[in-house]
Amino acid sequence: MQINKIKTDISEILSDVFDGATIMVGGFGEAGSPIELLHGLIDHGAKDLTIIANNSGNGRVGLGALIGQKKVKKVICSFARSAKGITFQELYNKGEIELEVVPQGTLAERIRAAGSGIPAFYTATAVGTPLAIGKEEKVFNGKKYILEEALNADFALVKADVADRYGNLTFNKTARNFNPIMCMAAKQSLIQVSKLIEPHQTNPENVITPGIFVKKIIQIEKPIIETNAIEEGMIYP
Amino acid sequence: MTNNNLAKVEKGWERGVIASKIANDLPHASYVNLGIGMPELVSQYIKEDREIIYHSENGLLGMGPTPNENEIDFDLINAGKKPVTILPGGSFCHHADSFSMIRGGHIDYCVLGAMEISIDGDLANWSTGKGIPAVGGAMDLVAGAKNVFVMTQHLTKEGKPKLVKKCTLPLTGSGVVSRVYSDYAVLDITKEGFKVIELNENISLEYLQTVTEGKVYQ
Repeated sequence: MQINKIKTDISEILSDVFDGATIMVGGFGEAGSPIELLHGLIDHGAKDLTIIANNSGNGRVGLGALIGQKKVKKVICSFARSAKGITFQELYNKGEIELEVVPQGTLAERIRAAGSGIPAFYTATAVGTPLAIGKEEKVFNGKKYILEEALNADFALVKADVADRYGNLTFNKTARNFNPIMCMAAKQSLIQVSKLIEPHQTNPENVITPGIFVKKIIQIEKPIIETNAIEEGMIYP
Repeated sequence: MTNNNLAKVEKGWERGVIASKIANDLPHASYVNLGIGMPELVSQYIKEDREIIYHSENGLLGMGPTPNENEIDFDLINAGKKPVTILPGGSFCHHADSFSMIRGGHIDYCVLGAMEISIDGDLANWSTGKGIPAVGGAMDLVAGAKNVFVMTQHLTKEGKPKLVKKCTLPLTGSGVVSRVYSDYAVLDITKEGFKVIELNENISLEYLQTVTEGKVYQ
C-alpha cells in the first residue's frame, strides 16, 4: 500500500480538531493564509481555540471570520492591529478575547524551537522592554538575554503552493513565511495546496518542507484572495 | 522651553533631505532593513556608486521597488503587507531564517522611526500605551541589527522633544540606537550625550539644546 496524505474532503482534514485546541495559522497578512481551511474550521465548529499566528485577521474572511464567529478565546501574535482587523478589534475592546503579544522574531523562533525539540532559548530581543517582564534574565559574554519558551500546537493550518502525496511542499514567494516552521511545530499539520504533483515530479533539491512534517493535504485549486474577497464584501459563513 | 520658542524656528530638513543623508551613510554592499513609513524613502536616494541589498522581515532578501498595477502579486509583499518586487539575485526564506538574519547580527543597518529616543540610546517606537498593543519585528530589529539608525522629526506634533533623558513610553529596546537623523541634526549616541555630527544650517547649537533633553555637543 502506498503512502497518500492527500484527502478530498475538508472535513476529513479537520476531523481531529477539538474544543480548546491550540492551532497555528500560517501566513503573514494574507500571503500564505489558509483561508479555505479556516472556513472549514468554522464549519467544523470547534471553539475555545487558542490561535498562534502573526496577525489577527482582516475583514470577515479567513482568520477574521473565525474570530468574528467567537471561536477563539486567545490570540498569540506579533501584530494584532490592522485597519481591516474589525473582528479582533471589536472583541478585544469588549474584553472578550485574550491577546499575548510576541515580538515577530521571537514568535518565529519559539515556533521553530518547538519543532526542533528545544524547550526554551535565550534571546536579546525585548530585553529591557515591557515584554520581558516576568521572564528570566541571564548575562552571556556581558550582554543581557531573556528566556523564551517554545510554542507548541495541536494543529497547524498551512497554505502551500505544491505538494506530492508524501507531503513534500513548496511555497509561493513571500507566502512561505511562517508556514514551514508551523508544519514542524504542530502535532498535526494540515495543508491546503494549489497544485498536486506526482512524487517523481518533485525535485528533491527544491523541497522546502519535507513530508515528515506534514499530516494531511487537500487541494484548493484557486484559493480566495483576501484583498479581493474583502473588497467584494465577502462575509463567511 | 515653551511652544512660543518653537514657533519661531526655521523649517527643518525635508524628509527627502533626511533620507538622502541616511542613504549616503549606507556603505556599498550593505544588507539593510528599512522600516515601514518614512524610512522607506531612503532607497530612493542611494547613489549609483553603490549597491544595497534590502531585507524584508517576511522572508525576502533582495527586495525591489513597488510593482506596476498589472504586476501586483499578493504572494509577494513586504513587511508592511504592500506589494513589492524581487530583484535578480534575491531569495525567499521562511520566517525563522529571515529573523535569524536580524537576530543573528547579519543585517548591517536598520532604519526605523521613533516616538522617543533617550540619551542612553533607548528607543520607544511601538506603543503609545493605548489601543491594541502590536510590536511586529521592531524589537528584533533593534536588538539584532549591527547599526540602528533612527529617522524622525526632532519634535513631536505637539512640539515636545523626542530626544529625551529617559523615555516615558514603553521601550522597544534598551541602549540600541546608534545614530539619529532628525530634521534638525544628525546626532550620535555617546557616553557624553547626543553628539552633533551635522547641524541643520538654519539652526544653532544653542537652539538645538533648547529642543533636546539631555546634553547636546559638537
